[in-house]
Amino acid sequence: MSDHHKGDGSGVETFDARSPSRRRFLKTMGASSLAAATAPAWAQIAQAGQQQTEPVEPRDDGAPAEGEQQIRLTVNGVEHTLNVTPNAVLLDVLRDRLMLTGTKKGCDQGQCGACTLLVNDTAINSCLSLAVSHDGDRVTTIEGLSSGDELHPVQAAFWEHDAYQCGYCTSGQIMSAVAILNDDNIGSDDASVREAMSGNICRCGAYKNILAAVQDARGRMRGAS
Amino acid sequence: MREFNYARADSTRQAVSTHGRNDQAAYLAGGTTLLDLVKIDIMRPEQVVDINRLDLGGIETLDDGRVRIGALVTNTALARDERIQRDYAVLSEALLSGATTQLRNKATTAGNVMQRVRCPYFRDGVSSCNKREPGSGCAAIEGHNRSVHAVLGTSEHCIATHPSDMCVAMAAIGATITVEGPDGRREIDFLDFHLLPNDTPEREHNLKPGELITHVTLAAPLENSRSGYLKLRDRASYQFALASSAVIVTLDGDTIVEARVALGGVGTKPWRAFDAEKALKGQQISEATFKRAAEIALQGATPYAHNAFKIPLGQQAIVRNLTTLTA
Ligand SMILES: Cc1cc2nc3c(=O)[nH]c(=O)nc-3n(C[C@H](O)[C@H](O)[C@H](O)COP(=O)(O)OP(=O)(O)OC[C@H]3O[C@@H](n4cnc5c(N)ncnc54)[C@H](O)[C@@H]3O)c2cc1C
Ligand code: SF4
Ligand code: FES
Ligand code: FES
Repeated sequence: MSDHHKGDGSGVETFDARSPSRRRFLKTMGASSLAAATAPAWAQIAQAGQQQTEPVEPRDDGAPAEGEQQIRLTVNGVEHTLNVTPNAVLLDVLRDRLMLTGTKKGCDQGQCGACTLLVNDTAINSCLSLAVSHDGDRVTTIEGLSSGDELHPVQAAFWEHDAYQCGYCTSGQIMSAVAILNDDNIGSDDASVREAMSGNICRCGAYKNILAAVQDARGRMRGAS
Repeated sequence: MREFNYARADSTRQAVSTHGRNDQAAYLAGGTTLLDLVKIDIMRPEQVVDINRLDLGGIETLDDGRVRIGALVTNTALARDERIQRDYAVLSEALLSGATTQLRNKATTAGNVMQRVRCPYFRDGVSSCNKREPGSGCAAIEGHNRSVHAVLGTSEHCIATHPSDMCVAMAAIGATITVEGPDGRREIDFLDFHLLPNDTPEREHNLKPGELITHVTLAAPLENSRSGYLKLRDRASYQFALASSAVIVTLDGDTIVEARVALGGVGTKPWRAFDAEKALKGQQISEATFKRAAEIALQGATPYAHNAFKIPLGQQAIVRNLTTLTA
């Protein structure tokens, strides 16, 4: 995939990652093959923003089949009635059933943080969570952060600080950052933020920019409230 | 992930009766150990009993000054509890040194006590491992045994460390584990809860089939004590201990009146170093005293091919912790 990205001479790389025109360009491209095949992190964020204007419809699976259990999940404010097998993992249900693919599967073993999302406002690893255990819970994923075209301050800060390279860890990083910035128990100095975010591994090593983005978002969120 | 039956319990009694004495059943708390190991097919429960809705999420101070922690109190909530931070700093620090923010938000007190070893041969599903497959041998003894293998409490059948940080602090503080089972309720001294591997490394703890941990009760805090947890590892964060120490001391001027020392990362169970404590009590604060106590704590340690460094590292974990606390 990256070979294609580099080799196709499409000019994608000549855009300034931070320029609004690039964003508009990708947004008009929407989920076209270009975006789907080569989209880096910021494009996924842009797409997530776009999905928000077309909200996920409430889903109702009807009566559960044998071996399934019915659960209610409120995801990004939309209530779904889902039938799941006992071994269905929250991460997979969100990605495969609700098509909320912004939450990523990295290690699938609780080690990388790519699957981080909020359950009742608390950040957890969704790969180590059974969907049935979360009956009645309120889930927030990366798709639920922006309001319409308006990026969440943390998303905007990641954008501006180029806080990613491949983007695979980015939604998990952002969800952790949102939880940390809303948590008075976690110190605001760089060391505390690094420690609190250490469960989000970035294989591209974008940590410096991630930290800068989180600290910048702190100011924006304070300004907003 | 393999299939299993799932039941959500609404009461302790219901949890215990749903589990029964079935050795194919498993309680589900935060799931950070259980689901990890089910996914890689190391634990294979046929029945999962979800205990997350039980009313075991509180922390209370008892009349006698002890602190009773519900089995479902998360590692985050326990570390942040104001009484724990004030009276048991060592416990709060140990909890916060473990795993990650997200994992601590899920991980529970009882689940942490019950977590399984991190030995790669246990987790790979193919190597000989007496814990996973009794009688098959121990690949770690002749294999790679640097980071998650012990020098204290090992046997010729298993040398894996108990990985918990929280438990090291609890071993130093002193605690009681309350369990509810098919035969009713009973209490187990924390130091008797985890078992040495000996000839039966597959037996890791003192629970009888079906028993559910309902509480962990900490001994009343030592008056005027100071305490701290020092964790030494390959990187500054998010790693299991190579060696760690939990230390509690009370001083009268420069004299050590009381001392409690426990070690992590070096033992096959949370390791209370009683002899080292004796070597500290009544002594003047001095580097020589700390060093002597540290040597005593690691006396009888057995090094393996790659982990001999844990003997001096464990000693340093004690000396440095004591030095900081008494400074
Ligand atoms: C990537 C990673 C890094 C980690 N790093 C650290 C670290 O640095 N330090 C550290 O200390 N820990 C670490 N851990 C381990 C973590 O602390 C444990 O997984 C966690 O504490 C387990 O708690 P839980 O509630 O999720 O347990 P669960 O997974 O729900 O349960 C664990 C076991 O206990 C049983 N059980 C649960 N509750 C009860 C009960 N009430 N009574 C009887 N049995 C019960 C379950 O059946 C299961 O066998 C790490 C884990 C991961 C995945
Ligand atoms: S050290 Fe213990 S857990 Fe590891 S291979 Fe040997 S028996 Fe298994
Ligand atoms: S996918 Fe969940 S922590 Fe890696
Ligand atoms: S941006 Fe590539 S893993 Fe973090």
